[in-house]
Amino acid sequence: MKTASRIYTVLIFLFLFAPIAILLIFSFNEAKSLSVFSGFSLKWYRELFRDEATLTSVWNTLVLAFSAMVISTIVGTAAAVGIEKLRLRWLRSTLSTVTDIPMTNPDIITGISLMLMFVFVGRFFGLANSLSFWTMLLSHITFCLPYVILQVLPKLRQMDPALPEAAMDLGCTPVEAFFKVTLPEIMPGVITGAIMAFTMSLDDFVISYFTSGAGFQTLPIRIYNMTKKTVTPKMYALATIIFFVILALLLISNLTDEPKEKKLHRREN
Amino acid sequence: MKKIVCAALAAALILALCAGCAGGKTRTLNVYNWGEYISDGSEDSYDTIAEFKAWYEETYNEKIIVNYDTFQSNEDMYAKLSAGAVSYDVVIPSDYMIARMAAENMLLPLDFSNIPNYSYIDENFKGLYYDPDNAYSVPYAYGIVGVIYNANEVDEADAEGWDLMWNDKYSGRILQYNNPRDAFGTAMYKLGLDVNTTDKAQWDLAYNELMTQRPMLYGQVMDEIYNMMESGEAAIGSYYAGDYFTMLDAQADNVDLQFYYPDPTNYYIDAMCIPSCCQDKELAEIFINFMLSRDAAVANAEYTYYASPNRIVYTDEEYLDDLGEDTIAILYPETDDFAAAYNTYAYRNLSPETLDYINTLWENVKIN
Repeated sequence: MKTASRIYTVLIFLFLFAPIAILLIFSFNEAKSLSVFSGFSLKWYRELFRDEATLTSVWNTLVLAFSAMVISTIVGTAAAVGIEKLRLRWLRSTLSTVTDIPMTNPDIITGISLMLMFVFVGRFFGLANSLSFWTMLLSHITFCLPYVILQVLPKLRQMDPALPEAAMDLGCTPVEAFFKVTLPEIMPGVITGAIMAFTMSLDDFVISYFTSGAGFQTLPIRIYNMTKKTVTPKMYALATIIFFVILALLLISNLTDEPKEKKLHRREN
Repeated sequence: MKKIVCAALAAALILALCAGCAGGKTRTLNVYNWGEYISDGSEDSYDTIAEFKAWYEETYNEKIIVNYDTFQSNEDMYAKLSAGAVSYDVVIPSDYMIARMAAENMLLPLDFSNIPNYSYIDENFKGLYYDPDNAYSVPYAYGIVGVIYNANEVDEADAEGWDLMWNDKYSGRILQYNNPRDAFGTAMYKLGLDVNTTDKAQWDLAYNELMTQRPMLYGQVMDEIYNMMESGEAAIGSYYAGDYFTMLDAQADNVDLQFYYPDPTNYYIDAMCIPSCCQDKELAEIFINFMLSRDAAVANAEYTYYASPNRIVYTDEEYLDDLGEDTIAILYPETDDFAAAYNTYAYRNLSPETLDYINTLWENVKIN
């Protein structure tokens, strides 16, 4: 039984990671093929760093993801605090249902309806280009928000409501109490929310596709548009680099997180 | 922590602002083209957009910003433009889409006094069905569909016409298109039907043909065909001549890809147009003219491997040398009357009812 479950696990990991492994290997291929390995070469890495359009799209993606992360984390945290403070039960559940819409709605519907809205508003102001970096940013904030709220709300519920009250009792203004007491308490949730928002924004294709304007294309859009002919191995090189950067970030965050976790457990005990 | 967040936010916004408003005093050109459809400087090729910028700034002594964006299909491009969401100055759609956009007043007539290089365009590419008065479009590239096969598996004697794709000797080794128009196209050319017919009975005939082929297929694919043919995973498929050379460059050692044109077959032309949302028509025309000039046109033809309708490309010594005699012979086959063949066999816009009907048939092909 035990060996069976082990084999099962190995198979699942194989299915998950074999494509990535193949991508890694073929990014060092000398030829343009994804099936025939003709020799080791760093050619595609060199090509990648010469390809200004791709590098621009990587930069665009990062700027967008970072801006969306920062804004949606701030707005999302504020929204979570507001929702948590609501006394009326029906209002609270209505609000959290509404904020969940961008998450539960299919991407394509969110994307098209956002596009139509932007075009409508753009026409209202007589703009030739309704879509731009800003519309993309707004859309990304929209679909990142629920992830932040969902991460922050439980932390707020876990927190002892007496803590900010005690702070105010000792002379803090409500704002000071929030920054000095509440925020440090819910920080793990805020950070997880921010990371989620960053990941969602980085990864998004469908909504970006409909809301992107002239002169600002993100990496997923660029790669998709290559499939008219065929995706060049430059992209395998790029994927390899992204894979290792994320792996490194994960390792670092896991290694630095561990002591904190232990401390937390000790305190709970 | 708060300060860091604020500073980071401010930095991000300033960066975005700079990207947004830098076009104030300089001229801006927005180009919308297919992905991987222009020589972009990779593998030491000619960087068309950078060269255009340099040339423009030197000639006109004026700064210029070129935004070069890509799309994946005619329909995607049409959706973006028709919604009025974006404004581009130059777009490069395919023939049937040009006809549709012209009919919907989405294109502006070109001022050919700004495009003197239009005289290089071969007479065969003027007055075609999608732009009978040569008012809206300047052809960029064209292609003819052919059948690609692995000669190590397929008997040369069988390699003729569309029948090869229905030959049960190679059952399980054949690839078919994964989109209704192209898939039905192969069946209709095989049966000698009109690919633009509105007669449902004819579409039914093509449907039956596709259903007999269905059990023999290895798969229904689009761009996956490159890897499958290169590696020898599949042995027979149909694609454009230019794409065959892309595959040939990457074929495995034990694969010997060959190519021929069945008769009749599909033709397509992609042409440069100026959409009605254009913000700087003169600049767009200057760009189109530049794309027809020798260096840019030759580089793009070599990069995409598609045939060029530009006389200074296919008579250029260097181009002919670089591609080699065999390649040229395939890319530029001798045809008695290109315009007649093109007007008969190229895809045209179908009415919504016909499209609906084809899509229903196609769903059945996919399900069974």
